[in-house]
Amino acid sequence: MTSNGHNGSNGSKRKNLVVVQLSGGNDYLNTLVPYQDGLYYDYRPNMGLKGESIIPIDDRIGFNAHMAPFKRLYDKGMMAVIMGIGYPEPNRSHFRSMDIWHTAEPTTSSAEGWLGKVTKALDPEGKNPVTAVNFGRGLPRALAFPGVPVASVGALDSYGLYTGLAGAGNRDALLDTVSRIYQPMSAEGFPSQRLLDTGRGALDGADLLRQAPSHYTSTVEYPEDNPIAQSLKGVAQVTSANLGTKIFYTAHGSFDTHTNELVNHALLWDQVSEAVECFWADMEEQGEAEDTVMWIFTEFGRRVADNGTGTDHGSGGGAFLIGPSVKGGLYGEYPDLSPTAQLEGDIQYNTDYRDGYATILESFMDLDSEPILNSKFSQLDLLAV
Amino acid sequence: MTTVSNRQSTDVALMAHLLRRAGFGATRNEIDEYLKKGYEAVVEELLYPDHGEMEDQDLVDRYFIASVEARSAGHADPQWAWRLATSPKPLEEKISLFWHGLMAVGGVKLDHGLEMLTEIELFRQFGLGRFEDLLLEISRNPGMMYWLDNQNSHKGAPNENYGRELLELFAMGIDESGEGAYTEDDVKAAARAFTGWASKVTPPPFFLGPFPMEFQFDPEDHDDSEKTFLGQTGNWNGDDIVRMICGHRAAAHFVALRLYDYFVSDTPNEAEIERLTDVFQANDGEIRSVLREIFNSDHFKSEEVRFKKMKSPSDLVFGTTRLVDRFEIPESDSGNLANNTMFMGQHLMNPPSVEGWHEGEEWVDSGALIERINFASTEVSRLDARGVQEMLERVQSAGDELNSEAFVDACLDGLGAIDASARTKSILIDHADRYGTPWEREAPDAIERTIEMFQLIVSTPDYQYC
Repeated sequence: MTSNGHNGSNGSKRKNLVVVQLSGGNDYLNTLVPYQDGLYYDYRPNMGLKGESIIPIDDRIGFNAHMAPFKRLYDKGMMAVIMGIGYPEPNRSHFRSMDIWHTAEPTTSSAEGWLGKVTKALDPEGKNPVTAVNFGRGLPRALAFPGVPVASVGALDSYGLYTGLAGAGNRDALLDTVSRIYQPMSAEGFPSQRLLDTGRGALDGADLLRQAPSHYTSTVEYPEDNPIAQSLKGVAQVTSANLGTKIFYTAHGSFDTHTNELVNHALLWDQVSEAVECFWADMEEQGEAEDTVMWIFTEFGRRVADNGTGTDHGSGGGAFLIGPSVKGGLYGEYPDLSPTAQLEGDIQYNTDYRDGYATILESFMDLDSEPILNSKFSQLDLLAV
Repeated sequence: MTTVSNRQSTDVALMAHLLRRAGFGATRNEIDEYLKKGYEAVVEELLYPDHGEMEDQDLVDRYFIASVEARSAGHADPQWAWRLATSPKPLEEKISLFWHGLMAVGGVKLDHGLEMLTEIELFRQFGLGRFEDLLLEISRNPGMMYWLDNQNSHKGAPNENYGRELLELFAMGIDESGEGAYTEDDVKAAARAFTGWASKVTPPPFFLGPFPMEFQFDPEDHDDSEKTFLGQTGNWNGDDIVRMICGHRAAAHFVALRLYDYFVSDTPNEAEIERLTDVFQANDGEIRSVLREIFNSDHFKSEEVRFKKMKSPSDLVFGTTRLVDRFEIPESDSGNLANNTMFMGQHLMNPPSVEGWHEGEEWVDSGALIERINFASTEVSRLDARGVQEMLERVQSAGDELNSEAFVDACLDGLGAIDASARTKSILIDHADRYGTPWEREAPDAIERTIEMFQLIVSTPDYQYC
């Protein structure tokens, strides 16, 4: 039932995309640690990671020790680490910077999300209300696009309309009439079309999604007390239900570590890396790994210099593309920390974030990236042959 | 029909509109009570809430024992939820929610219920007064100082978080391209001016109690060198920064815009906002004056803005709760109301970021809409609730026999004199037709059919707007 009619184990050309947003601005320097660079320790007298706090990737760079599962995925050759990713003229506001990542528009403000456009390209008529599914509260702007239904799910099991109404002998009558009201062509009398579209998508998607867990069995045990793990379990459940969902979105945070960073940043990466490793084990078990690719990003990195117990908003950072179809390795260049190479106390980016998007779209989703990104961007060589 | 009844229904609809915007809506009986006072008198009553401890505070404390001197933000929820659901001073709560969204402090970091409630109380006390006073208070609020890391901002090593967010998110704003009426240098100067402003913890009032926080200024840690802020050079302290911000037209415009967004419409009307900006400046930045201008304006009263503002989760949850009026005492279920707004995307005392919530259409994604419909349809089904009984009586008193259209109109009126678009109404009428005609008061299923119509009305897209 996937939209391209292909569900084989060799992997289709159009992968399912799972996006994980690290909200709040993940500290790049303490995620991918330049542990041989004396400048790093000069700028991070309190926050510099040393010795057992690092898992070396090569003789220059290491993962934060709380990312051991990432190192295992990296060693399997299925993780591309994109160093020094960012956009021109960085903005240090969380919200503006997040919008820039969400809309693929670094200079002008837009309400149209890049993944909303992808969803539109995959399903132009909006026939499948679950082409894109967000796990979490509220819809991220990345998925917003007029007329594009996106299901936004807290918990899969109890998802649906009037499911808790006492008695509810009249549920069919209620659903029948509500379904007639939420018709997309009838915006007359309303400020906009969007709510009607939302209602349509909600009604159509609800019953599909609520039944998804009943199709799913797995031996993978996602930790109960880890919210990002539970969200990724939901992704696995929907994947295994073959509803034609191509875009999955979820977020974890807050990575806004102005203070007490050593403790909080470690906890966050424990959660994310454990969740991601569970997810890939599950994808293997479900036979979906070859058909899936995961993109992990954050809105900005943080200042090169620490502020004592944390780091302030900065720019430039790292992103990860993960999956067996990905050619693993380090990409881009590790930003130069020398004072002359810095941008007002931040690292300079060397890979445009839209190169990453264009690569996902062209190499992994078989889509023309130009109409979605409004321009042609370089391709990164990330597809395993 | 007659001019008089049209006039009456116009007045009813306008009063209902005012109370949905300046508060969380009102029952049909409450609207009748307000009407006796007259529109402008009600506006003044709303603008001058008698600030002070509520009569039922002891009762609330007895029922929500864990929320007294609350340890975590989660423990504090029931206190505020009770006020939002029952306070007879609705604008005091509505403006507190406004400032809580604008000067957002989140429990994910300030996990301290006592300080959270202190901050909400600050908004109740200062939220309708001068903006400058409010900014000075919030800049001395220990929870805010901690939330934006000002306790780590030191002479020679300023932490820019508070200085930046004060300018960007609390008082001056940035435009769509990310530019403000200030520069990065202004951010840095503001950060330096606020060095030495911090908070400290004090001994708990009882064994194992929470540690109340206090504002503290340390002159030794304050950068008292010269700074240039918004073009003015001097040895500025935080108070000077606030004063200079509040004298700037950009701040007046920022507040006017945000008040307009919150109280009037999701679609900004620049001419109105400019007018409100002038009112702000002419009245020394008094919020009450701006709100009076809003509520008494032809623009606010016009059909153009009615039902054009997306209800926030709080509008939906507490508005429906007030309509249903089911709580005699602060029973534990009322403490759960805050969870319902959380499921719809508004976790009180824990906004997603310092930016607060995105208002307007962004509130309602498909998941949130499902939560809204499920919550509201369950609430209006509560036959034992006083408000539901009153709603049923309203419909019954409309006549012994009603055709489907009159029945739908009576139900809409019973739900607080609300309205629906012509198309929605025709589908509701069709529903009434299809499931038995006409409505009869003595029919054995009259109550069931009326409740079902209530359930449908609160499920409509129309009900998502206020």
